[in-house]
Amino acid sequence: MAEVEETLKRIQGQKGVQGIIVANSEGIPIKSTLDNSSTVQYAGLIHQLVMKARSTIRDIDPQNDLTFMRVRSKKNEIMIAPGESICWELLLNEFHSPKMKRCYSS
Amino acid sequence: MAPKRQKSPSRKTGVKGKVKDNLTPSPMEKPDHPDDIYPIVLTTATQELFECCIDEDVTEQSPYKLLEKDDIIQDIKTRAAVSDFHPVKQFVLDYPEDEILLVFDVDFTYGQSFYLVLTPEAKARIYNVLQPPQPEIIVLEDDVSKTPEPKPWISLGSELEVDQESVKETREKLCYKFDLKRRPGLPVCFSDRNSTEAECRSVACPSYQDSRFSIKQMQRDCGMQAVPKLQSSTAQTERAVQRNVFTQYEPRELREKEKENILRSEKLKKFVNSVTPRVLHALQQAHIMNVFTDDFKALGIGAEASDQLVMVSEGLKLQWTFTDEKRAMGKKISSVSWHPTIHGLIAVTFIKKQEEQLDKSTVYINSPAFIVFYGFPDQSNPRLLLECPDDIFAFEFCPSNPNVIVGGCRNGKVVLWDISFHIPHLQGTRPNSKKASDSDSDTDTFDLGNKKENKTPVMSYCAVSSIESSHKSPVTDVQWLPKTFEVTRTGVPVQNISNMSVQVVTCSPDCVMFWDLRVPKLQNQFLADRKQDVDQKTMMTPYSIPTTFKHLDRTWKPLFRVSLPKIDTSGEYAPLKFSLEHYTCNSNTGRNTDNENDGAEVLPEYSQLRIPSAKTLKTLDDVNTKFYVGTEEGEIVYTDWKLEEDEFGRKFSAKPLLCFRTHAWFVNTMQRSPFFKDILLTTGGWNFAIWKEGVMGGPIFVGPSSEQEYSAACWSLSRSAVFFIGRNDGSIEVWNLLLNTSEPTHVHEHVASTRITCIKPCITASKQHYLAVADNLGVLRVFNVPKALRSPVKNEDLNMQIFFDQENDRLKDYLEWEELWAKPRKEEGESKKQVEPDKPVTFQVDSEEADLKEYSDYLKLEESILKHTGL
Repeated sequence: MAEVEETLKRIQGQKGVQGIIVANSEGIPIKSTLDNSSTVQYAGLIHQLVMKARSTIRDIDPQNDLTFMRVRSKKNEIMIAPGESICWELLLNEFHSPKMKRCYSS
Repeated sequence: MAPKRQKSPSRKTGVKGKVKDNLTPSPMEKPDHPDDIYPIVLTTATQELFECCIDEDVTEQSPYKLLEKDDIIQDIKTRAAVSDFHPVKQFVLDYPEDEILLVFDVDFTYGQSFYLVLTPEAKARIYNVLQPPQPEIIVLEDDVSKTPEPKPWISLGSELEVDQESVKETREKLCYKFDLKRRPGLPVCFSDRNSTEAECRSVACPSYQDSRFSIKQMQRDCGMQAVPKLQSSTAQTERAVQRNVFTQYEPRELREKEKENILRSEKLKKFVNSVTPRVLHALQQAHIMNVFTDDFKALGIGAEASDQLVMVSEGLKLQWTFTDEKRAMGKKISSVSWHPTIHGLIAVTFIKKQEEQLDKSTVYINSPAFIVFYGFPDQSNPRLLLECPDDIFAFEFCPSNPNVIVGGCRNGKVVLWDISFHIPHLQGTRPNSKKASDSDSDTDTFDLGNKKENKTPVMSYCAVSSIESSHKSPVTDVQWLPKTFEVTRTGVPVQNISNMSVQVVTCSPDCVMFWDLRVPKLQNQFLADRKQDVDQKTMMTPYSIPTTFKHLDRTWKPLFRVSLPKIDTSGEYAPLKFSLEHYTCNSNTGRNTDNENDGAEVLPEYSQLRIPSAKTLKTLDDVNTKFYVGTEEGEIVYTDWKLEEDEFGRKFSAKPLLCFRTHAWFVNTMQRSPFFKDILLTTGGWNFAIWKEGVMGGPIFVGPSSEQEYSAACWSLSRSAVFFIGRNDGSIEVWNLLLNTSEPTHVHEHVASTRITCIKPCITASKQHYLAVADNLGVLRVFNVPKALRSPVKNEDLNMQIFFDQENDRLKDYLEWEELWAKPRKEEGESKKQVEPDKPVTFQVDSEEADLKEYSDYLKLEESILKHTGL
C-alpha cells in the first residue's frame, strides 16, 4: 500500500497535474485526490468512455486491448490508464493554457 | 444378282417316273429316306452360291435353309447338267410354293450331306416341329405392337351446337359484273386517283341501323370468371433498439473497509507498477511540447497575417453619429471619454469656439455648459446631462469608482460630479417610472409630467474648487492618480491604503496641481457640524445634488502645485497636457483584494475619509515621480513633481530635467501606450513623436511632418503598433509602425467635416472595438474598428519592443555621433565666427579661389571623360 501511495504522490507532484482518481472496474472510485463530487462525476463519465473505447478496440481486433487513453480538450487533458479488470487511473492536466493578453488603459 | 440357290432336289409324287430315272444313281438311299425327302450333294461352289456353306451358314444347330424356287430354276438354267439341282429339276418346277427347304444333314441319315424337302407338307412338318418356339414369340410381339384402335364416338349433343354456330351460306354469293362499252381505238388517258379523296370517294354500303327493323337481343354471351380477391399485407413486430440506460440517484461508493482492502491488494500494486511508466511517459511528452497548440491556427495565414491586403478594403465604419442640436449649436467638442464600465456610454463636453469667447459675461448666462452622456443606440437624445459651472475642457472618470467624474473648467476651476444616482438609468433601462415610485417627495408629480416627454435628467455638480486656489487659466488636462499610490503635500509618493483613486492631477497653462478628494486634516473642526448632515440620509430626487463631496464644495484646495520653470531662460513653461507613469504595486495584494470586494459593493464615503498624515504611511520609493508635460509651444518637458526645499525651507519645484522642442505648436495629445508602460506618444503641430521613459536624449522616433496639422491622437487598445491621428481637415490617419514608419498605413479622408478634436478608442466586446471621433462642429462619431485594425498580428508586441529598442539605439548612436562631431564643428564655427569679423574680405577671396579651383577641376574631369568615351 505504501508503494502505491508513493507512486501516486510522485505523479501528483508533477507539474500541471490537477488530480488523480483510482477507480475499480465498475467505475466506483477507490482513491482520489480531488473532492468527492468531482471525483464521482469524473469516475462515472470516464467509466463509460473507457468501456466504449475498449469495446471498439476489441471489436476491430479481438487480440488487441486498450492500454492508454488521452482526452485532450481546450483547457485541459485527461489521461486514462485502464487495467486488466480492476482499476484504472485518471489524471487531469491543466497547463500550457493559452496566454492571456494584458492590456492597460490610459 | 440373285443368289444362286442350291437346289436340293425335292421329290414330288406326280413326277415319279422321271424322277426315278434321275434318282437311279442313288438307289442306295432309296430305301433309307421317304419320298418327299431327296438327299442331294452340293458342291462348295453351289453352297457358296446359295449361301449354305457347311459350318458357316448351315450348322448342326440350324441346319435349315430356305431356298427360293426361282433361284434354283435359274441355277438349273445357267448350269444345266452341271448344276447340282439338275436331278430334282422337275420337282422344283412343280413345287407349289416359292421356298424350298434345304436341310443340312449332319449325321448323313439319308446318305448325303444335304437333303431337299420336296413337299410343302413335309416342309411344314419338319420346319415347324423343329422350330416350335419361334411362332410363339411372334405371337407375343404382335400383341405388344398393336396400336390402340379408336373407340367409337359417343355423341353428347355437341354436334348440334357446332352446327348452330357454324356459319353457312344460306344462298349463293351474288356476283355482279360491270362492263363499260367503249369503242376501241380511242385515246386513253390514265391518271392516278386517290381513293380517300372526297371527289372520288368509293361508294360503300356501310351497314346502318334500320329503324324499321330492330332485333331485340334476347340473349347475350358474356364470360364470367371467378377471381379470388387478393390483398397483400405485411406485419412486423417492432424490435426495440437495445440501449443501455441507467438512472442513478446516488453515486455508488465503496465502504471504507472495501477501499482499504483493495488498496492493500497485490493486484493494485502490480497494476500501478505496470501503468506508471506509461503515465510518466505521457506527462513527459506534455512537458516537452505544448500539447495544446492548435496546428491549424498556427498554420493559418488568414486575416491576421496580411495587414496590407485587408487594410485597403476595410476601413473604419461609421456606426453612430451623435449630435445634440440644442447643446452643440456653435460649439466644439473639447473632450470625449468612454464610461469605463457601462458599455456603450460615452460622455462629451462642449466648449464654445475661440471666436465667441470674447464676450465672457454674456456667455455665462446664455448657455450653460454640460457634460453630455450619449448611449448607444440613441443618437439624438442624450442619456444624462451634467451641469458645469463653465465650459469643461477636460474631464475623466475615476478609475476605481466610475460614478465620480472630475472636470476642469475654462475658468480654472476643478469640478466634481457624482452620478451614482443615475446609474440605473444610464445602464440602459429607462426607469423614469422607477425613480418616480421610489422617491416619495413632492416632486413626484413633476416627474410624472416630465416622464412623457422623456426628458434627459440633468444633474448638477457636487463640488467645485475654491476660486482663489484654482488655476488662473483654463484647465486643459485632468487625470486621476491610480489607486496604487498617493501623494503627500510635498509630492512624496506614499502607500494608498484606501485602494481607491482619491487624488487628481490637473494642469493648465499656469501650473500643474495635485488635488485630493478626501477631507483635509485642518478642517476637522468644521466637519463636526457637517457630519450630522451627512448622517441624515435624505431621499435623493433627480434634481438634488448628491452630498458626496459636500466637504469639498467651494473650499477645495490643491495639495500642492508644480510649476515648470524653464531650463535655460527665465519664465515658465505653459503645460497643456501631461502624462504620468502608472505605478502598479504588488505588495498589498492580500489586503487589497479584500478591500476591493468591499469597495465594489459599497460606495465610498469620501466625506468620511481623511487625508492621512504623511508620517503614518509608507513611502514608496519605486514610484516614478517624474512625468512628461507638453507645453503650449510644442515642447516636451520631463520634470519631477516632488517639491524641493531651498535653503529657507520653502518648497519649490525643481527645474525640469529635459526639454525638447519637437513640435511646432500646441501639444494636444500625450498618451502612454497601453502595451508598453514607458512608451509615450505625443502629437502637436504638424508631427508626432514617440518617447521612451528613461531615454534622456530625445524622442526615440519622430514622425514625418505632414501637410495637415495634427489635432488628436490615440493608441489602439488591441494592437501595440497601431495608433490613430486626427487631422485638421477631419481625416484620420492610421499608422502602423511595423509596416511603415514614414507614412500612415491608411488615411480615412474626411471622416469628419472639420478639425478633429479628440479620438478615444473603446473595447466593448472582443469583436466590437469602437473609435469615438469628436470634431469641431460638436458632432461625435463612433466608428467600428475593422478586424484588421483590432486583431493583432503574430508577435506584434515583440516586434514593437524590438522596434523601440532599435530606435533607442539609433538615437543613442546619433547622440554619440553628434557629440563626437558637434564639438569640432562648434569650434570650427566659433573659429570661423572669430575669423570672419577680422578678415571678411580674405574669407570671401578664399572662397572665390576655392570656387575657381573647383571649376577648373571640373573642366579637367569633363575633358578626361570625353576623351575616354572617344568624342
